[in-house]
Parts: sequence; C-alpha cells; structure tokens
Amino acid sequence: MRNPVTWLRRNLVVIAGLGTLAYMILPNVVVTVFSFNNPTGRFNYAWQEFSLDAWKDPCGVADMCGSLSLSLQIALWSTLVATALGTAIAFALVRYRFRARGAVNSLIFLPMAMPEIVMAASLLALFLNMGIQLGFWTILIAHIMFCLSFVVAAVKARVLSMDPRLEEAARDLYAGPVQTFVRVTLPIAAPGIAAGALLSFALSFDDFIITNFNSGNTVTFPMFVWGSAQRGTPVQINVIGTAMFVIAVLVVLAGQMVGNRRKKAQPK
Amino acid sequence: MTTTAAPPQAPAATEPPVHKPSLRKRLIPYWLLLPGILWLLVFFVLPMVYQASTSVQTGSLEEGFKVTWHFGTYWDAFTEYYPQFLRSLLYAGTATALCLLLGYPLAYLIAFKAGRWRNLLLVLVIAPFFTSFLIRTLAWKTILADGGPVVGVLNSIGFLDVTSWLGMTEGDRVLATPLAVVCGLTYNFLPFMILPLYSSLERIDTRLHEAAGDLYARPATVFRKVTFPLSMPGVVSGTLLTFIPASGDYVNAELLGSTDTRMIGNVIQSQYLRILDYPTAAALSFILMAIVLIMVTIYIRRAGTEDLV
Repeated sequence: MRNPVTWLRRNLVVIAGLGTLAYMILPNVVVTVFSFNNPTGRFNYAWQEFSLDAWKDPCGVADMCGSLSLSLQIALWSTLVATALGTAIAFALVRYRFRARGAVNSLIFLPMAMPEIVMAASLLALFLNMGIQLGFWTILIAHIMFCLSFVVAAVKARVLSMDPRLEEAARDLYAGPVQTFVRVTLPIAAPGIAAGALLSFALSFDDFIITNFNSGNTVTFPMFVWGSAQRGTPVQINVIGTAMFVIAVLVVLAGQMVGNRRKKAQPK
Repeated sequence: MTTTAAPPQAPAATEPPVHKPSLRKRLIPYWLLLPGILWLLVFFVLPMVYQASTSVQTGSLEEGFKVTWHFGTYWDAFTEYYPQFLRSLLYAGTATALCLLLGYPLAYLIAFKAGRWRNLLLVLVIAPFFTSFLIRTLAWKTILADGGPVVGVLNSIGFLDVTSWLGMTEGDRVLATPLAVVCGLTYNFLPFMILPLYSSLERIDTRLHEAAGDLYARPATVFRKVTFPLSMPGVVSGTLLTFIPASGDYVNAELLGSTDTRMIGNVIQSQYLRILDYPTAAALSFILMAIVLIMVTIYIRRAGTEDLV
C-alpha cells in the first residue's frame, strides 16, 4: 500500500474483474430494490416510496402467475425430453464409430451456430405452411429442438473425460450390460447430464425470441414481461425476478456444497 | 425345437472370439441417435426447407402465396434493409469486443485469483441465466434513465461528449441511443463470453506461468506469450457465442433503443408478425444466416481452431 500506483498495477485484474461483476449484478440489484417500490402510474421505472404490497400479493396481477406456471410446465417437459434425447445422442457420438458421424456432429452444432431468430422464423414458416395451430405444443416442440444441442454438448464433454477402464472393470466383475450402465456409467455421467438439464431448463424458461414467433395467443412468462413493457410493468414482475435470482443462487450453492462433500468423502 | 438346435455357446467356447460385432450391436448407435436426430430433421432442417420455399414465393395474404421462384425478393430485401444489416453487425461486433474486454479480467480472476471465492463468483456469473433476461433488460431503463445518477456521472466526466461525437449518444441522453442498445447487448451476452473463457483458462497449468517467470518474463509478457495464446479456444468460442445471438437480437434494440437503432432482428420480427410479408421476412432471415455463417467460417479458419465442438 506504500505506493498506490504499484498497488493499483498489481491488483488491476482484481479491480477490473470486480468491476465487470458489478456491471453484471447491477440490474439484479435494481430489480430487487424496485420490487419494494410503490409506483405511480403504469410503469415501475422511477422510485416513489417503499412498500411491501407486491411481496404480500405476488399473484395480484391478472394472468401473470398463470403465465409463470405455463413457463414452468414447458421448461420441465422440454428439459425432460431434450435431456433424454440429447444424452442418447451424446453416448452414441462418443462411444460408437459409425457412418454419418461427421454429419450428425454438424447437425448438432448448427442450431447453436445460428441466430435464434432464423430458427424462430423458419419454424413459423413450417407451422404456417402445415396449418398447425400455434400454442402450447408448438412452443414445446421448438424448445425441445433448441435445448437438444446444448444437452448433447454438456453430456459429450463429460462422457469424453470418462475412463472406459471403469466400465471394463465392472464387466470383469460380472456386471451385465444393464447393471454396468446403471451402476457405473450413469453415476459418472450424471454431472454432465445434470448440467445439460439445468442449462435446458434455464434456456427454455427464459426463451423469448423463439417463443414470440411460435406461441400464437399463448402467453409464457417472458411473453408477459414483454407485453408489460408496452402496457405497463406491475411491481410483481420485480418480485418474481428477485425470487428467481435468490432461488437460483441457493440451488446452485446447495448443489456445489453436495458436490464438495462428495469430493471430500472420496478417498484419494 | 430346443432339442434339435445346437447350443450356440458350444462352438464359441472353442473358437477364438470373433471381432466383427453382431448386427444387433452395430445398430445400437443408430437406435440411440434415431429419436433426437429425427426431431432435429423434422423441426430444424425441414423448417429451413419451408422457409427457403417461402422466400421464393409471391402473392398476398388474401390471395395466398405461390412458389414463383422470384429471387428478386432477396435483392429487394437486401437493398431496402442494408442499413439495418450493417447496424446489426456493427452493434453485435462492438458488443462482442466489449464483452471480451470486460469478461476476460473476470474470467482470469475466477480462474487464477479467486481461491475460496471461486464458487461464489461462478454462481454470480451463472445466476442471471435463471432470472428472466427481459426483466433485467427492463432494469436498464431505470439505470440509464434521463437525469439519473449514471447519466449524471457519465456526463460530468465528459464521457457523453466523446460518445456524442462518435454518434453513439445524443446530448445528455443515453436511453434510446445506440449506446444504450450496445450496453444492453454487452450485458445480456457477457455470461456466454465469461464461461468459455473461464473453462479454457482453468485448464492452463499454472506451472507454465512460473516457468515463464523463472525465465525472466515480466507479467505482461507472460500474459501475452503464454496465457492469452493458451486461452484462444475460449476466446474463439466466447466471441462466437456472443456475436451470433447478438447479431439476430431485437429485444435490446426494442426496449432500450429507438426507431433509429432498429436492427435486422426487429425488421424480420415485424415483417413476420405485424406486416405479414412472409417472402421478404424469409429472404431477410436467410440473408442474415448466410452473412453469419460466412463470417463464422472465415473467423474459425483464421483463428485456426477446428476442435470447437
């Protein structure tokens, strides 16, 4: 601390990094603070006075909690389907040599290398041409489609780093293929599968662009927020945003604590 | 039946094991792939085909659209909307550069200097994924509000004079200017930059830093010659994960910008959902896709990383 210039140079990375973190957290802070606001007028953009009203009655806005539960349902179903299909693809790609492997790899990569709006528009083109009614099912179909690639990427990374000798050892100890898979392969791949599932849940729950094109008159939570940006933003939106942030931090921290405990319990 | 059939295990026990797997075994990967690939073929590839056919149709909503192989739609769409294309690439490029500039120190901090704070910092980077990004983008309206503290500070240090001169802000306003849109884009895609950067930095063996130090490299040289080159895979995938979605985004331009900051995503969205001119919308989104794919291919070639996926 004797020479402030030296100190600054030595801690430049820390200062810049924490600055970025502050930039990332600032909107969350604003969302939280404004969940205690009592706004005048339709928009909740300027601070008026402290109030707990929105927290006492989070579902007090018409249609908001309905859209929230719809988003949760869609996220749950698309996570389940995308994780199952994506895990199977990841295992096939890592564990087997077969024809068309390169083509399959590129097909998986393409949805991630394309602006979301292109996929959103092309799905709409399909549904319009086929005369399919837009709504719950078209949203679900779209979400499973774009979550799939992310699950494959997450599971693939984990399966690639697995030691195949562990499975050989299980077979040497007379475990059948099913037993080997359930008791050895699956537990080792689990963190990758969990990461893929968590990612697809978050992506689906938060998706706006693809949903906006393919939802028809169905309103998911992001759609509700989008509409409210035009009509007027109720304080309850900030309550939900704050609650989601807190829950996410707690869930991730709890998950890491379980992971750490397992790591410590394992003998070297 | 069973008495006449020879037990199949008997000859296998005497002969050496055959290495060619049975047909059933060879079909396993295909069975594993089938449902997922089918999904992608029907709901990703087929839609592209439909969109391609839509883009060469002519007609109107009332009379219906017909495939007339009218490729002129592409040319008309491009000449009419090239300012929006250019603006999208400019905004997305600026946001990507800012993400790299802001994200690298944080990724570096988490990978090398955080110690026991590492997990908490990672959680704080990931947690925004779970809070609706629309809510957080709306929060920027409050942060950048006219006459608010942020605008006040930027104004008093002369920052807004510089950005006004660059044409990124107007007077002492930030909201509804290009600066606000770029700020929102940078913010929204920062985690997509930080996570790949972190995972490639984390893999670097810190003994390499020590070795470079032992050879009298100054910290800046260590970074330039050792750390940064080794983190290139993260830089490449981070910039792609930021640039690609940012170029097609219309949420930030709509919520934080004005009619002068419309990006190509806004045009495609309004053509598809409001004006209902499907051929033009389809042509525009194909042009966007082509531009992005061409730029990405060139970039990956030049960066020299083939092992992205």
